[in-house]
Amino acid sequence: MPKSLISIRDFSKEEILHIMEVAREMEANKSQKLLDGKVVACLFFEPSTRTRLSFETAANRLGARVIGFSDVTNTSISKGETLKDTIKMVSNYVDIIVMRHPLEGAARYASEVCDLPVVNAGDGANQHPSQTLLDLYTILQTQGRLENVTINMVGDLKYGRTVHSLLQAMSHFNPNFIFTAPDALRMPEEYKSFLDNRSIPYIETGSLQEHLGDCDILYMTRVQQERFSDPMEYEKYKDVYRLDASMLGGVRENMKILHPLPRVGEIAADVDDTPYAYYFKQAENGMYVRMAIIAYLLGYK
Amino acid sequence: MAEKQTQLKVSAIKDGTVLDHIPARSLFQVVDILDLAHSENPITIGVNLESKSQGRKGIIKIADRFFADEELNRIALAAPEATVNIIRDYEVVQKKKIDIPATVVGIAKCSNPMCVTNRQDVTTRFATIKDGKKVKLLCHYCEKTTEDFIPLRH
Repeated sequence: MPKSLISIRDFSKEEILHIMEVAREMEANKSQKLLDGKVVACLFFEPSTRTRLSFETAANRLGARVIGFSDVTNTSISKGETLKDTIKMVSNYVDIIVMRHPLEGAARYASEVCDLPVVNAGDGANQHPSQTLLDLYTILQTQGRLENVTINMVGDLKYGRTVHSLLQAMSHFNPNFIFTAPDALRMPEEYKSFLDNRSIPYIETGSLQEHLGDCDILYMTRVQQERFSDPMEYEKYKDVYRLDASMLGGVRENMKILHPLPRVGEIAADVDDTPYAYYFKQAENGMYVRMAIIAYLLGYK
Repeated sequence: MAEKQTQLKVSAIKDGTVLDHIPARSLFQVVDILDLAHSENPITIGVNLESKSQGRKGIIKIADRFFADEELNRIALAAPEATVNIIRDYEVVQKKKIDIPATVVGIAKCSNPMCVTNRQDVTTRFATIKDGKKVKLLCHYCEKTTEDFIPLRH
């Protein structure tokens, strides 16, 4: 079975570092016709404009052509076709499959029913490994290293898949963590024991102000409405943290603010003009990292 | 007047397998795991029997049937403390312990309703995690942990 990228756990430390290196080459040379004549399928079983455009642009910049769909309304899936049949059919046409699906584990399953590399562009609340790799690339780019970085994760640490995957990936690199979350949205025990088992230090706080000055990376996240079954609960937490420029007086000079985007209220617009804001550049980095992932899985890098 | 029989007679089996010390509440899960509902062999099932060590236990006697270790080890999902006696000519010729298998394919259901295995025709697959006496299941697909064993219906 060819190498796929389904979960960040599928990539070793060496592979992660390799992707970082290739992404750097891609950023230095944004159009490379490595994949001339290849076809990339972008199958979005649920809509995600941002991720889809990033992957499609990455494929285009490598010289590949893209087929696919951006939602399932006009496809045979709405007629009841199984995931297996859709993947088998598409796999006859293309060289690599990029897919997003609302069901958790869908990408793993797809990689098992076809002979092509599969890139998971999000499977429900489970994994979104290209996001994790672009986060790592951005940390490396802003700090000049991945080792010994202090990351302050803020917001919904209970349901946020990006923070869970980032935590797992960073565990290769001796990190320090600060977890800033309201009591109801704290980092789950299983991830804390994952860190305990590896002797990775972390502290927990409910106050955003408390550790703003102690971190190299401030990783803000959105409290996601779709994760709450009770709208009253969501109302209680949606504005729990709001970062504005006036709070950034005592931060480290090298500190950068990342956010997987889209943001709602958690970062005020006046932060955008400070030297600490890095989330738009982070989104741009996603394209280079996705170019690197596709080129690597197809054996070109 | 004939004396009242105070004990139910469960006949010994000549050849076969006796599964003993099954917690009473797990008995029918073991029946499911071994797919005994579809077996043609003579089977005796006892449940809620008194046990000194367990309170209430279950027992299953299956005549003329010998299981592969791999099949028996699946019982660990529901009853890791069960014991296995192999009977030949009315004698216990071998006692076996249940080993927790590293992976479990089929048999168990993932507790995550959004897992692909619950929405599409996908065979479940788990890695086992030993947690004290309990066995938890880590789903190969959705990567979530199932705390309590839920049998897949045959």
